[in-house]
Amino acid sequence: MKTAPSAILDELVDRWLAKVATLVAVYVTFRGHNAPGGGFAGGLILGSLFVLQYLTGRQPMLRGRPIRHPEALLGAGLLLALVTTAAPLVVGGAPLESHIWPLDVPLIGELKVVSSMFFDLGVFVVVVSVVLMVLQALGTRGAAVAQDRLGSAQ
Amino acid sequence: MALVLAVVAHFAAGALLLLGLRRRPVVGAVVGLVVLAATAVVVVTEGIGVDSPLRTTVEWIPLLGFNFSFALDGFAVVMALLVSVLGFAVLAYSIGYFEHDSTFARFVGLFMAFAGSMTGLVLAADLFTMFIFWELTSICSFLLIGLNDKSASARQSAVRALLTTGAGGLCLLGGVGLLQVEFGTTSFAQLAVLSPSGTIAEAAAVLLLFGAFTKSAQFPFHFWLPGAMAAPTPVSAYLHSATMVKAGLVLLARTSPIFADQGVWRWWVVMAGVITMLIGGWQALRQVDAKLLLAHSTVSQLGLLTVLFGVGSPLALYAGVAHLVAHAVFKAGLFLGVGVINHELGIRDVSRIGAARARIPGTVAAIAACTLSMAGIIPLLGFVTKEKALVALLDSEVGQAGTFALWGVVAGSVLSVAYSVRLLRAVSGVGASGTDASHGGEPHHTSRFVALLLSSPVVLTAIVSVVFGVAASQLGKWLVAPATSLDVDAKSKLVLWPGINTALIISVVVIVVGTVVGWRAPLAVSAGRGSRGERAFDGFHDAVMIVAKRITAATQSGSLPMYVGVMVALIAAAPITALLIDGKFPTTNYVTDSPLTVVIVALTVVLALGTVFVQMRFAAALFLGGVGYAVAVLFAMRGAIDLALTQLLVETLSIVIFLLALRVMPRRFSLSSRWNPRSLRVAIAAAVGIAVPLFALAVNGAGGAPSVSQEYFARSVDEAGGRNVVNVILVDFRGFDTMGEITVLAVAALGVANLVRAAERERRNRTSHGAGR
Repeated sequence: MKTAPSAILDELVDRWLAKVATLVAVYVTFRGHNAPGGGFAGGLILGSLFVLQYLTGRQPMLRGRPIRHPEALLGAGLLLALVTTAAPLVVGGAPLESHIWPLDVPLIGELKVVSSMFFDLGVFVVVVSVVLMVLQALGTRGAAVAQDRLGSAQ
Repeated sequence: MALVLAVVAHFAAGALLLLGLRRRPVVGAVVGLVVLAATAVVVVTEGIGVDSPLRTTVEWIPLLGFNFSFALDGFAVVMALLVSVLGFAVLAYSIGYFEHDSTFARFVGLFMAFAGSMTGLVLAADLFTMFIFWELTSICSFLLIGLNDKSASARQSAVRALLTTGAGGLCLLGGVGLLQVEFGTTSFAQLAVLSPSGTIAEAAAVLLLFGAFTKSAQFPFHFWLPGAMAAPTPVSAYLHSATMVKAGLVLLARTSPIFADQGVWRWWVVMAGVITMLIGGWQALRQVDAKLLLAHSTVSQLGLLTVLFGVGSPLALYAGVAHLVAHAVFKAGLFLGVGVINHELGIRDVSRIGAARARIPGTVAAIAACTLSMAGIIPLLGFVTKEKALVALLDSEVGQAGTFALWGVVAGSVLSVAYSVRLLRAVSGVGASGTDASHGGEPHHTSRFVALLLSSPVVLTAIVSVVFGVAASQLGKWLVAPATSLDVDAKSKLVLWPGINTALIISVVVIVVGTVVGWRAPLAVSAGRGSRGERAFDGFHDAVMIVAKRITAATQSGSLPMYVGVMVALIAAAPITALLIDGKFPTTNYVTDSPLTVVIVALTVVLALGTVFVQMRFAAALFLGGVGYAVAVLFAMRGAIDLALTQLLVETLSIVIFLLALRVMPRRFSLSSRWNPRSLRVAIAAAVGIAVPLFALAVNGAGGAPSVSQEYFARSVDEAGGRNVVNVILVDFRGFDTMGEITVLAVAALGVANLVRAAERERRNRTSHGAGR
């Protein structure tokens, strides 16, 4: 199926862009607590990668594997956020109250892990899966419906 | 803690039945019997002969002041004993009644859940706790009326009962809310001390009355109760005569001392009670079905009790408590007894149940005794309590309402005697068309043990009616504590023979007239297609459904342009209204801050105009994206990096999604249509374009209250461990908002996916259909 001109795109999109975008997305997500960024922005960045993959005629892929069930991912993301919201209730805190775990990581120094990070991760996953679902619906499957609609209209 | 345990144990037993012991319902029923007996023991040992009532509070949401609080005062003791002792009798009876019936496990499970709810309700020390258990009893009643879920009429009756009592429950909630907000408490004891008055208190009182009237089937909500008789006999006997319908009376009893002397209360209650008593009595007189006769007589007796609690004088309260006990005992016996006849002979027709006399003489004698108690014949308990009621009404000293109540009760009592006489004639077989048992449906052969289970509760209630009638003074002493727990002055006593006084003379007249009416009344006019009340309810129900459908059809046209039009028009209208009312138009503009801003703003305006004027959808989408990017630059210039970043990313993805969706759409905009003219669209667009920026500038310049951002800055690092305040707000301070937003996002994505899926299905159907031709 693949023709010669797409080889460059393969190289570019799959090899480099995918890695860089994933890295940037994760970086933006995690640094969000202290500098501009966060789960929403990170999710959008990774989503943009999938959009790019789609526009260049590929399935949304991560590390060479297509993502098949974005609905499940969506549920997982929501669940993660919800669990993080409710977790403090178990130990008698207010919902979404943050807990800070200081960590001493060799070579890097002191790191602070904040419980709200998991909430942000949930946001990240939700945003990514929303993009995936919309792509799947309006893109791949929508195309067939669209063709039919326009065809019958004429 | 014993009180809480007692309530919880019921629910645990119920859950056991519904989940675990489906296969062995009898074992479960025995567990239930143990729980009920234990509850009775706890109530007696903890509640009787103590100086101050046992109180327990379980915190639920202490932050909002929502707690479960229980108190075992005298009145609670009587009611809880009725619930557990009658519950015990009815449950034992049901083991025999449901022999070989597959719904028994469900019945026992729901029965225990109901008994638990009812126990909680009568023990409740405040209105809030009472409301929670009140609703639980409504739900249990719904499920139990519809126990035979294959019968359409049973389901319909269940829905009627649920909607009626549910509406009452909402009124009750409204009343509870008003009292809590206005007086800061819903506790009966504290409210009695505060003795609330004023408009709000009156409104709350009326709402509470609506709740009580629906639950206790008072006019105009009396129609649901006879319908509820679609339920099996034990349910009718227990829920719909002895206990649940008394919930409204419990509420009246608890709140009458608080509200009775306020304007509306007494008249409302007395009117409703008297009308109900008369309607119920008249209907009972006309029934062919013995069970329905009892149902209507229950409505009538509830009317009498409502009158007594509504008059609310100390003596009336005492009489109310006494008659409540008497009624619960004889009515449970009557229902169970008629159920035995139905079970043994398969008949309920009043002209034929006389046939039972030959077969189960003991039960029939017990039914007769209970009927005499209902009619108020000496020396039965019903006589004693009705006498007390008349005495209480004779010197209630509450003015015209009291006089009206007295005459209403006298008229109602005539009807009570009349329908009792009819029932008595029927069971004794006097004047019946035939006493041949072979005419009855299909006789049911039961073992001795089952027969004993069925008949002993009936006989026991009859014995109680006789014994407490004869030993009235002893019962009277026991009832002093319950009555005084409602009103400290409600000290009185019961006597079997009061001597010749006004009340006795009235009684004799009532009995004579009632007997004549009952003997002479034309036998049995079948109600046929439901009562007037039921039809009115169904008409109202259908009307609501029709209106709902019309409103939905009118507002949910399914037209996307219309939805968007309405939404953005509101977005324009709200801020414009606010600006006009406040008159605070923006004084600063941020546009001319720097030359670069001017350029960007100009660019934004040009792109926006392009979006509006271009004819191709595709081009419009690109212009719109351009506007978004320009705004992102503005954000960045004002230091809102997070916002700019997100805006940029969202804009990029939006354009792509736009383009994907535009493949399905025609290339050009449709210019105008009849219902969506161009002028309207231009007007809405212009309004939004002007209103939103004006409002944004006005809000920014207003700065009345101190900004929250300083506080957020201060708390960000310490409490949330983050230096990026924007993110900390999103995931911590205002995390609930984010939670809501991502949920909306997820729902939207699911919506898109399913819309496309639906379109695919439609397409498949069409192609397969075409291939078929």
